[in-house]
Amino acid sequence: MKVLVPVKRVIDYNVKARVKADQTGVDLANVKMSMNPFCEIAVEEAVRLKEKGVATEVVIVSIGPAQAQETIRTALAMGGDRGILIQSDGDLEPLAVAKLLKAVADEEKPGLIVMGKQAIDGDNNAVGQMLSALLGWPQASFASKIEVAGDKATVTREVDGGLQVLEVATPAIVTADLRLNEPRYASLPNIMKAKKKEIAVKATGDYGVDVAPRLKVIKVTEPAKRSAGIKVENAAELVSKLKTEAGVL
Amino acid sequence: MAVLVVADNDNAHLRDTTHKTVTAALAISGDVDVLVMGEGASAAAAAAGKIEGIRKVLLADSADLGHGVAEVQAATVEALMGGYDAVLVPATSGGKNFAPRIAAHLDVAPISEIIEVVDANTFVRPIYAGNALETIQSSDSKKVITVRPTAFKAAGEGGSAGVETVAAGGNAGTTRFVSEEMVKSDRPDLTAAKIVVSGGRAMGSAEEFQKVIEPLADRLGAAVGASRAAVDAGYAPNDYQVGQTGKVVAPALYIAIGISGAIQHLAGMKDSKVIVAINKDADAPIFQVADYGIVGDYKSVVPELMAALD
Repeated sequence: MKVLVPVKRVIDYNVKARVKADQTGVDLANVKMSMNPFCEIAVEEAVRLKEKGVATEVVIVSIGPAQAQETIRTALAMGGDRGILIQSDGDLEPLAVAKLLKAVADEEKPGLIVMGKQAIDGDNNAVGQMLSALLGWPQASFASKIEVAGDKATVTREVDGGLQVLEVATPAIVTADLRLNEPRYASLPNIMKAKKKEIAVKATGDYGVDVAPRLKVIKVTEPAKRSAGIKVENAAELVSKLKTEAGVL
Repeated sequence: MAVLVVADNDNAHLRDTTHKTVTAALAISGDVDVLVMGEGASAAAAAAGKIEGIRKVLLADSADLGHGVAEVQAATVEALMGGYDAVLVPATSGGKNFAPRIAAHLDVAPISEIIEVVDANTFVRPIYAGNALETIQSSDSKKVITVRPTAFKAAGEGGSAGVETVAAGGNAGTTRFVSEEMVKSDRPDLTAAKIVVSGGRAMGSAEEFQKVIEPLADRLGAAVGASRAAVDAGYAPNDYQVGQTGKVVAPALYIAIGISGAIQHLAGMKDSKVIVAINKDADAPIFQVADYGIVGDYKSVVPELMAALD
């Protein structure tokens, strides 16, 4: 079974996003960029499926600027087999991304699409579910465990208040939650090997998909800052302040 | 324009995230209906009828809707969208699971986790883990919106809207519910609790987390939360996680114990009314958002706190 893993290049997890002074967006110039952490988990899961003999090929796809090739290389160094970059300079909305990924899935015909549950820039948590709807394939979102047997995948999902287990018929889409696995670090030999792996570069126009934005960004602002309060000496003073000053006990 | 709110309910009980989403809907339009989906959910529908300001309740009741399968939930809503200009869904893990499907089928942009309604087409939503707020205007004729419940006040009760039955969506049969395992707890729900006590990586083990955090929470009638670091280390279950990648909470009192205050954690709790931080590192970022801080080892501070509460 072929496994398709979409990945996104985003601001590094450890970098604090800063709003541009002109309120047009977040300043990404000279900021460290990395693979979205949920996408890394998805890549790791796909590679493990290959190591278990379930997946035969792991195809990495990214939609983004030319530099997103680096993100694809990272995924190839983790164990992906080949990459597809759909080059796009502007950031696309989830609907456009889902339509492009549908076009890729129509061409590649994977048995499973494993992807992160959300990107940490737009925080939409939408593309996986939308792709499932557009393809008409079953979805199992927020996965913490995936088991594939024959043409079925049994997926444990993180839901409010506990866990849910779903069985989906393949081809299917699974979105990765944090506890699904701990992604590996690529070894130096694997990083070298990844440089020789094939990345096909496409343009959004190659897929005949309407990627025009539906939302207009009026402004991007910083949230109201919370100011630091006071330090208290001990627990007794804290309880007294919470009772009399804050009135929350 | 008419707006449909999808209720947040287990089969029998309505959660107050529904009331909060109704408040967001009423800021868009005066014509708001509430859809309750579930199996044997008539009690939840009756409870929804009491929400102030709504026109009516729609009840879709079927065995397929009993377990929150996204395909069936989305199909149920889509069949109703001819009569509505917008659908608002609480941004819970259940709501986020099916709402984007509706947007895909309607060919519109999903609008995720709004925290403010500016006007019927314009909304504010957090991006980059809440480090930036984006004001966006939608040009789509129908809108699919998820609502961050903690950002809106709950609509009042005292209404008496009638309940109409609507058809449940079909099941293609490719997704099958197998089982679920819910954590049984007498504590309040994390996202609805008035007080939250959270522990971080400083706890060092699951045993210590249970020994320190849980008794304090129980003493205060509070819900228990955890930082991502504590969850990743296995000290606390994932559904305790407060933060960008977990739950967003805004209780009256949030007590952070042994939590340094990573950006991703702050994104999940900085809208709490009063924040208390207990940490032995005086430079921990959590103190920059805390109203009251105690610099000290939780091992001595928490027992003192328990004693001071008696």
